[in-house]
Amino acid sequence: MLRYSLRRLLGAIPTLLILTAVAFVMIRLAPGGPFDSERQPSPEIEANLRAAYHLDEPLYQQFGRYLGGLLRFDFGPSFQYQDYNVTELIMTGFPVSLKLGGTAMLLALLVGVTAGCLAALRQNSVVDHGVMAISMTGISIPNFVMAPLLVLVFAIYLRWLPAGGLGQGSVRNLVLPVIALALPQIAYLSRLTRGSMIEVLRSNFIRTARAQGLPTWKVIVKHALKPALLPVVSYLGPAMAHVITGSVVIEQIFSVPGLGRFFVTGALNRDYTLVMGVVVFYGVLIITFNFLVDLAYAWLDPKVKYR
Amino acid sequence: MTRTMTPRFGGLISLAAALALAGCGGDGAEGGSSAAAAQIGGPSGTELAEHQVLHIGNGTEIQTLDPHRGEELQGSNIQRDLYEGLVNEAPNGELVPGAAKSWDVSADGKLYTFHLRENARWSNGDPVTAHDFVFGLRRGADPKTLTIYSFILTPIKNADEITAGKLPPTELGARAVDDYTLEIELANATPYFLGLLTHSMTYPLHQPSYEEHGGLFVRPGNLVSNGAFVLEEQVVQSHIKVVRNPHYWDAANVRLTELWFYPTEDLSAELQRYRAGELDYTYDIPTARFDWISENLGDELKIAPWVGSYFFGFNVTRPPFKDNPKLRRALSLAVDREVLTKDVLGAGERPAFGWVPPMSNYTGQNMVEASWTQAERVAEAKRLYAEAGYSEKNPLRTTIYYNTHEDHRRISITLAAMWKEVLGAEVELFNQEWKVFLDTRSEKIDTRIFRSGWIGDYNDAFTFAELFRSTAGQNDPGYDSPEYDRLVAASQSELDVAKRAALLEEAERVLLADMPVIPLYHYVSQHLVKPWVGGYESNLMDRHLHKDWYVLKH
Repeated sequence: MLRYSLRRLLGAIPTLLILTAVAFVMIRLAPGGPFDSERQPSPEIEANLRAAYHLDEPLYQQFGRYLGGLLRFDFGPSFQYQDYNVTELIMTGFPVSLKLGGTAMLLALLVGVTAGCLAALRQNSVVDHGVMAISMTGISIPNFVMAPLLVLVFAIYLRWLPAGGLGQGSVRNLVLPVIALALPQIAYLSRLTRGSMIEVLRSNFIRTARAQGLPTWKVIVKHALKPALLPVVSYLGPAMAHVITGSVVIEQIFSVPGLGRFFVTGALNRDYTLVMGVVVFYGVLIITFNFLVDLAYAWLDPKVKYR
Repeated sequence: MTRTMTPRFGGLISLAAALALAGCGGDGAEGGSSAAAAQIGGPSGTELAEHQVLHIGNGTEIQTLDPHRGEELQGSNIQRDLYEGLVNEAPNGELVPGAAKSWDVSADGKLYTFHLRENARWSNGDPVTAHDFVFGLRRGADPKTLTIYSFILTPIKNADEITAGKLPPTELGARAVDDYTLEIELANATPYFLGLLTHSMTYPLHQPSYEEHGGLFVRPGNLVSNGAFVLEEQVVQSHIKVVRNPHYWDAANVRLTELWFYPTEDLSAELQRYRAGELDYTYDIPTARFDWISENLGDELKIAPWVGSYFFGFNVTRPPFKDNPKLRRALSLAVDREVLTKDVLGAGERPAFGWVPPMSNYTGQNMVEASWTQAERVAEAKRLYAEAGYSEKNPLRTTIYYNTHEDHRRISITLAAMWKEVLGAEVELFNQEWKVFLDTRSEKIDTRIFRSGWIGDYNDAFTFAELFRSTAGQNDPGYDSPEYDRLVAASQSELDVAKRAALLEEAERVLLADMPVIPLYHYVSQHLVKPWVGGYESNLMDRHLHKDWYVLKH
């Protein structure tokens, strides 16, 4: 287990390096640059600007400088938000995104898995059809439609919740974005859980357990749930990525100052360092999360062995 | 404001008296009758709310609070509250004394002497002196500051040489005679110079805090400013909170205690937050919702002329538009601007045949085709199109480039349809993301017809005229007319207001005869303002100092 973990962590280094290099070259290949604006700087000022941000150096030298910075957790200065550096921006944006994404993920797991189990246990009943119908709707309505609808109903007509922003960091401000972010995941997770639960319930070891006269709840919770959750767990990796990309849209609609907004504005403004910072940070996050998911496998499925 | 500039009568003319007439001369607090109150009826008789707090939508997130490095309107909206320049703007846009209580101008219009307020204080209590202004101006001209707006300082002696790195910043034509007297020497007489002094490039800097904190001097806690408000809190992409500056010389007349600025990138989201009561003022409105807004929020919708022109440009360095003014004029005349402004946009935009919008000392161009009917314009367009060698069998094939945006898309489609219908031209549309578009447009290689717009930096026609000089960086059409250059250059040193306006008008006529651009309409500013916001007044530059605002009881 320890050896496996070590090997995985070492394997992550080249992955990250390739990610960084590709992103580094891609953003610079994109047409347009950070200093393009309606007001063009004089040639002298532009030269000074390029020198100040080391854009006048050859690409490999810039890349080396960037990697050197990364080792010191220094993502460089932001081109767009000139009063801050990228590390500071990530540190202000990430806690917000984490709170938003984490809550949405927990909510999705809780509601999605429960609904899926209920549907599976009452297969082809009204409950089952109801859950599946709702989840189908949830999957088909994209969040950029769902989010404004939620705002219209709960913020403008009913005035129960704020329409956007973080306010003074109150929970009320998070309710709508969390729901909008969790809905598609709830829908997907409930379908996934239902399918795998139905399959597990039909398997031999469950029939044996029932034959032994165990009470139904014990059969479900103790024997069926764990294997039924396997596909759910393997979906968590991609789900994490979905929540991150989803939050890019949701943060925009609800004016939430998270990492997703920095990603979008950074890319549009050709804020090289900000985009790079967010890409590398997301990369580390997703690699870590996939690793944790793989570890969770061992706990859930005795057939999985790590070597 | 330049109308008060009459240095031809010789001697040193104090403008303070003229400005006092505007009702703003008083230094002290006079029982609540501040400048704002005197001009708009004020809050006397109306009851003020207990909490003088406002929440302002401010468009895209600002780049910086550094007055010398910002380049967008959003940042200067906040800097205007934090800092005070020598000259200020009243709610109606008139120039009024700011940190300077009065000034004198020499007979040749080249030497300005400013008398600063002795009771003006920085937010930490230090007196605001002429040295702080000299320090700020020098930093603005210094190429090491990396500012792209240094051209604002161009009229000041040696400013351009300093920005080009040929002279040290200490050579700038700005000098502190004593603590409260500032002399600014200009390279040439510049009739709109006072207007430039409202620009953030000319704000003073508090040297000790700047030297202590370096690049971090604009952070909350570090920033020492001399305006009516002081920076309290900043969370990027979330909000900026400023509070009343107790040391401000006119603090007794500042009613708002707190102001919150929110980045509102997405205009629909901004509208939602306004409707939900989270914002008292919006930066803009989504055009697509205009009809709904005017029907449901009509009383709160404030629309006013704004000093900007929306236009389409031709790349005149390449065929088919190179050396082809007839074709360019045909395309301009074929556009029905009434349909464009009324049916496609419909927010009160003013159809434009001239390039410079009406502004201070400039009424705008009276183009002959403006008085024609659209049928007459169409007939003339067809004639010119044929003369340029195009016909149904040999139609013009070209492309419109525009940056990705719903409004630009709709306008481009409209123009292409009008050209197709009237002239039979085959026009394709090509949209690009903003930064890519900026590159393409200035390279002048791929573009044929491109969309553009320009908002004046200051209230003088020169901010528009300078754009199409052959040497100008923003000359995207690639227009190169020695006659135009000569007239614009001549206007720069002409002291007589009427003669100067005549030169600029002549230049504009030359431009419009060559037609490297098609002016389409002059902008309007559009804001939603809650009924309890007092002190708001629409003005041409769409600049608002929140020290003049207050909250009515509601």
